[in-house]
Amino acid sequence: MNYTATEMMTISAARALCNSDVCFVGIGLPSVACNLARRTHAPGLTLVYESGTIAAKPSVLPLSIGDGELCETALTTVPVLEMFRYWLQGGRITVGFLSGAQVDRYGNLNSTVIGDYRKPKVRLPGAGGATEIATYCGRIFMIMRHHPRAMVEKLDFLTTLGHGPTGRERRQFGVMTAGPVLLVTDLCMMQPDPETNEFMVTSLHPGVSRDQVRENTGWEVRFAGEVEETEPPTEKELQALRDLHASTERAHCGRAVTA
Amino acid sequence: MALFQPLPDAVSTLVHDGDTVALEGFTHLIPFAAGHEIIRQGRSNLTLIRMTPDLVYDQMIGSGCARKLVFSWGGNPGVGSLHRLRDAVEHGWPNPIEIEEHSHSGMAHAYSAGAAGMPSAFFRGYLGTELPAVNPSIRFLDCPFTGQRLACVPAHHPDVAIIHAQRADREGNVLLEGIVGVQKEAVLSAKRSLVTVEEVVDDLAVTSPNAVVLPSWTIAAIAVVPGGAHPSYAHGYYSRDNSFYVAWDDIAKDRETFAVWMRQHVLEQGPDIFGERARLCT
Repeated sequence: MNYTATEMMTISAARALCNSDVCFVGIGLPSVACNLARRTHAPGLTLVYESGTIAAKPSVLPLSIGDGELCETALTTVPVLEMFRYWLQGGRITVGFLSGAQVDRYGNLNSTVIGDYRKPKVRLPGAGGATEIATYCGRIFMIMRHHPRAMVEKLDFLTTLGHGPTGRERRQFGVMTAGPVLLVTDLCMMQPDPETNEFMVTSLHPGVSRDQVRENTGWEVRFAGEVEETEPPTEKELQALRDLHASTERAHCGRAVTA
Repeated sequence: MALFQPLPDAVSTLVHDGDTVALEGFTHLIPFAAGHEIIRQGRSNLTLIRMTPDLVYDQMIGSGCARKLVFSWGGNPGVGSLHRLRDAVEHGWPNPIEIEEHSHSGMAHAYSAGAAGMPSAFFRGYLGTELPAVNPSIRFLDCPFTGQRLACVPAHHPDVAIIHAQRADREGNVLLEGIVGVQKEAVLSAKRSLVTVEEVVDDLAVTSPNAVVLPSWTIAAIAVVPGGAHPSYAHGYYSRDNSFYVAWDDIAKDRETFAVWMRQHVLEQGPDIFGERARLCT
């Protein structure tokens, strides 16, 4: 079966989640990957959304983190303060799945501004839950499209801590969790060098060259000693992903726009 | 005791120019009808507090109601930008807007401190982010017992909190259920509060395990506005109008298109239009 680079990205991100994970899900690409994992190899994966819905089992992708179906299918729904205080800060979440407008080589994220903070060229949505998700989930997975403007040498603003500006600041800030351990893009998979915490390419998606990755990365990208080739999507994975998108499309856009 | 009032009267009594106002509802139960009434009454110089400004603050900011925004995530969920918010921040249109930016955890803690009568909230947050460098309201202190570094934010004490709820009983006690967000904290942190409800019933019939019940004496005014959360939703009454959230992107992108839409759908309408809009989402 033919597949797109975006499908490869989503499927390889989904594979990183396992049945026993309790995952704090961001909207957009992370939500697609998490819901795909539940439909394929990890039916027991627990999805937690910041709206307070714990163990949500949506039949289609929610458009927002607070769609009604998340609450209807959840094991329980808690107030937002409790979600951040007991469940996240209390250390109950094993993995957080994040994305952002910019990431640097140490997995720090910017979702605040492009340009100067006081006179931004582009005002982005801001931190939301990410700042605390990144410091209190056991591990962080990141998913982003590979582009030199997204994978940058220097962030315009550090919204969310990865391994810190020089890769070594997590402990200094009193953060005891592992931080970003995986960055999945539409070209490759990257993992931090155990010595320096710099993200390096550990697996290239089928048909992607090293030069392609270099051209699309804003810093001088490094490759692991042994770079693997990502397993192409199976027919089952692709079908599950396409079904998910098709049913989502029907659910959200079937109705005429009102008001 | 809560006073039952038509929405225009309640807004006119409770919301004044220059007030600090919090319209809360985390994706669910966003008080759009009340936001539109504030726009129609031409309120200005407001400090708007809200975790996720959402379309309702995009509309209020684009209409020139706001002087300052206190928030934690200002996007159109699953769609992209809030173009009116961006235009105000990036180009000062229709007026420059001051922003005070937090994380979700910081905002939720600030409401909770307000509700608890505390001057500030402290928690384990804002570690390693540059937000404290641009927001002097984010500070740090050491735990007196362990020395652990804790983030500290001032409590929210809005002049008015406005929420939408599923129902009120005839005494003015209010029930909301489903995704309950930070509404209880917002109401209890505020000097005055206004609640719009889907309906008034004889008995609140509290059955859901996470129902929030606000006693009548915590509320200044209740206005019955069926559909008053549209295009957000009211669990058990109507669902989120996701297609409208998608459509808003094009409406809000352009100043003129936005102005025309606001004239037609907000300025020339009243609270009664919401019932009809929500019925299309059931």
